[in-house]
Amino acid sequence: MTGTGTGTELLAISGVTKAYPGVVANSDVSFSISEGEVHALLGENGAGKSTLVKMIYGLVKPDAGSMRFRGADYAPAEPRAARAAGVAMVFQHFSLFEALNVAENVALGMENPPPMRELASRIKAVSEEYGLPLDPGRMVGDLSAGERQRVEIIRCLLQDPKLLIMDEPTSVLTPQEVEILFKTLRQLSSEGTAILYISHKLEEIRALCDEATILRRGKVVATCTPRERSAREMAELMVGATLTPPARAAQEKGAVALEVAGLSVASPIPFGTSLKDVSFAVRKGEVLGIAGVAGNGQDELLLALSGELRCSAGAVRIDGVPMGDQGPNARRAAGLVAAPEERLGHAAAPDMSLVENALLSGAVRKGLVKGGFIDWAAAGEFAAGIVRDFDVRTPGTHVAARALSGGNLQKFVVGRELSQAPSVIVINQPTWGVDAAAAAAIRQAILDRAAGGAAVVVISQDLDELLEIADRFAALNEGRLTAPRPVEGLTIDEIGLMMGGAHGMEVAHHGH
Amino acid sequence: MVRLEKRPSPSAFWQWATPVLAVVLTMIAGGIMFALLGKNPVEAIRTIFWDPLFNEQFAAYSRPQLLVKAGPLILIAVGLSLGFRAGIWNIGAEGQYIMGAIFGAGVGLALYPVETRWVFPLMVVAGVFGGWLWAMIPAILKTRFNTNEILVSLLLVYVAQNILASMSLGLLRNPEGGGFPGSRNLGQIPAMANPELIPGTGMHWGVIAAFVVVIAAYVMLQRHILGFHIKLSGQAPRAARFAGVSPQRLVVLCMGISGALAGAAGLFEVAGPSGQISIDFNVGYGFTAIIVAFLGRLNPIGILLAGLLMALTYIGGELASFMLSLPSAAIQAFQGMLLFFLLAVDLLTNYRVRFGAKREVA
Repeated sequence: MTGTGTGTELLAISGVTKAYPGVVANSDVSFSISEGEVHALLGENGAGKSTLVKMIYGLVKPDAGSMRFRGADYAPAEPRAARAAGVAMVFQHFSLFEALNVAENVALGMENPPPMRELASRIKAVSEEYGLPLDPGRMVGDLSAGERQRVEIIRCLLQDPKLLIMDEPTSVLTPQEVEILFKTLRQLSSEGTAILYISHKLEEIRALCDEATILRRGKVVATCTPRERSAREMAELMVGATLTPPARAAQEKGAVALEVAGLSVASPIPFGTSLKDVSFAVRKGEVLGIAGVAGNGQDELLLALSGELRCSAGAVRIDGVPMGDQGPNARRAAGLVAAPEERLGHAAAPDMSLVENALLSGAVRKGLVKGGFIDWAAAGEFAAGIVRDFDVRTPGTHVAARALSGGNLQKFVVGRELSQAPSVIVINQPTWGVDAAAAAAIRQAILDRAAGGAAVVVISQDLDELLEIADRFAALNEGRLTAPRPVEGLTIDEIGLMMGGAHGMEVAHHGH
Repeated sequence: MVRLEKRPSPSAFWQWATPVLAVVLTMIAGGIMFALLGKNPVEAIRTIFWDPLFNEQFAAYSRPQLLVKAGPLILIAVGLSLGFRAGIWNIGAEGQYIMGAIFGAGVGLALYPVETRWVFPLMVVAGVFGGWLWAMIPAILKTRFNTNEILVSLLLVYVAQNILASMSLGLLRNPEGGGFPGSRNLGQIPAMANPELIPGTGMHWGVIAAFVVVIAAYVMLQRHILGFHIKLSGQAPRAARFAGVSPQRLVVLCMGISGALAGAAGLFEVAGPSGQISIDFNVGYGFTAIIVAFLGRLNPIGILLAGLLMALTYIGGELASFMLSLPSAAIQAFQGMLLFFLLAVDLLTNYRVRFGAKREVA
């Protein structure tokens, strides 16, 4: 672990304010970063972290306030100016071309790329120096998410940045890959490069960061030294409320409610991952957690379970009845409800009201359609019930789904499925983008349904979440599911290996 | 500096005000065009919008024409609007309209000279079937082979036009017509005619069918699960699959409904106002109905009003070209302006115009 930098101030932000129509993203934000410091920017979704770093990277102009960088006034008009000043950024979503190789992708991001041969050798040199194995000649389309991130990082390092901004870098990594990344970041920090690290994963911040600035609703609410605080303390600073971990009662598991046997199905999504011989069973009252790095077949598994993707009848059984060849509504009638990951566009129609969105998946089990005609009064009551029971913050049930914040819409979508008295529940990323308090409420609601006898499958990329609520644990890796194991006694190393270890490490080493 | 800013949710006011604004702007721009052609713009606009309905000299003839022209436009446009809402683009209603006329007239003429009152209903059924069948070609090609329904349905219009020419020269030609192209005049055969039901109004069975379809479509879109699924598929196709909608089934259904209604419009036209199958039987109702559907915001009530307005510009346009000797191209340009302005001011529904300095970069 490195020290807290050299003490020389690198970036100072004072009184920065940025408002968008109807919302203040940042209000009078001030903090500073020293050379070589690893500084965490911590906050819930919508706390204003992204807007703040976009201003530092020249993507957004502040309404008020000033920034100083390396002792000079700093007001980048565009990212090119920020890069020229020595600021580099690795985005959460990569901007890479799958059909080009690593070196070509790196060259595309540079102002004056050197000849390809020279660039390839520089990429190799930098990747070896920082322990980020990467073969410059490989196609990006063949790389895992972790390797793609390395391409982005190396692209930044070639510019020799003074400040490296990383936006939620670990959401696509296995625990082993996180360790590799952290080693690299610590090495960079010891060489004097400051790192601004954005995350809401508190244990990571405690392991990596020297200082933390905590944002809530666009304002700095606290600064702290993460190593001296517990994750719980920081979470409460972030949320501004006391958190209670979900409670669960030990109970007997019932008969098998959902059985998947030898499920193999091609992905309907371009560049998607096909499912290969997936088998598992979930008993009544049991929660099966399915982990995996994004893009390893999670979306496909949800589609195959919800009925949007059909397979052979016997591959999916609900309460023993073969349902694999049935569509979503037949499966709903049989007791299975599903909540997809993508809220807007998949789980909900953005421009439709909450009432219409309640009807969307609730029509069958709540009896909202009689003789083909919609009972709007009943649909309205159903929607109002969800809003009430799941504390969805909305002016009413008539507003369009897209007018709700991500967390509130997630509460609505999950609430809609859980309110249908289901016997089998399948949820992909139940608390993605949801603030800590709402996430706790959603997890508690899932556990309550399990305690009530429902069989639950939770697909998530948040390991802490799965370990908190799951009884058994399995991981998806390139479309294959590992054998489920009881959560009790699992170590983080074992989980990492189930998820596929450090993706592509061997291959990348082999390339050298 | 003028900027556009996205509204958080579409403006309910502008959703209904944009068609009115579009009509006003069309009048202004059209007036300028007429002035440049050396005509009095006020007189030209009055001749198009006012005289057909209220001029003592012409209204007796042109007022019934309003329903005669609006009927098929509304009937076809309502059918098209269902598919358009679901993101299914049937551009070939013109062909389905022709095939409906050929099938319906063909059944009637095959039975000639049978004189029972069942002939006309049978013709209606055949017309509906003909339009439906013609629409099934792009629908099945799309669901089976993922072809583009826009191209297939459009190209089938030209196939239908050639079949129409062949029919009026061959199979359906009036044997007592002295060798002239064109079928017997169905309007003069009582069992097959689609007459004006109330003298002086232009009301015929096709107009009644159009009104019934407007009401049925309105009720379906508001209260029936099928209407909900149609809207859902257009707005969020993935959410529609999640709701259990089969995209294939919806394509077949929407193409089928729009084809059937276009076919019905063709039959009502051939048995009524037109009277016979002839080479130039079609007058572009199937294409104009696309404009009507969008002018009416894909809403059945809106389409009813838009159909009447569009019919008015047709009748008024004819009147203006006749009275003021305006070139027919100027009338077509005037009608084109209407769609252009509608699409242009449509922006106001989702965006608001802000005056003032630009404040942000991103």
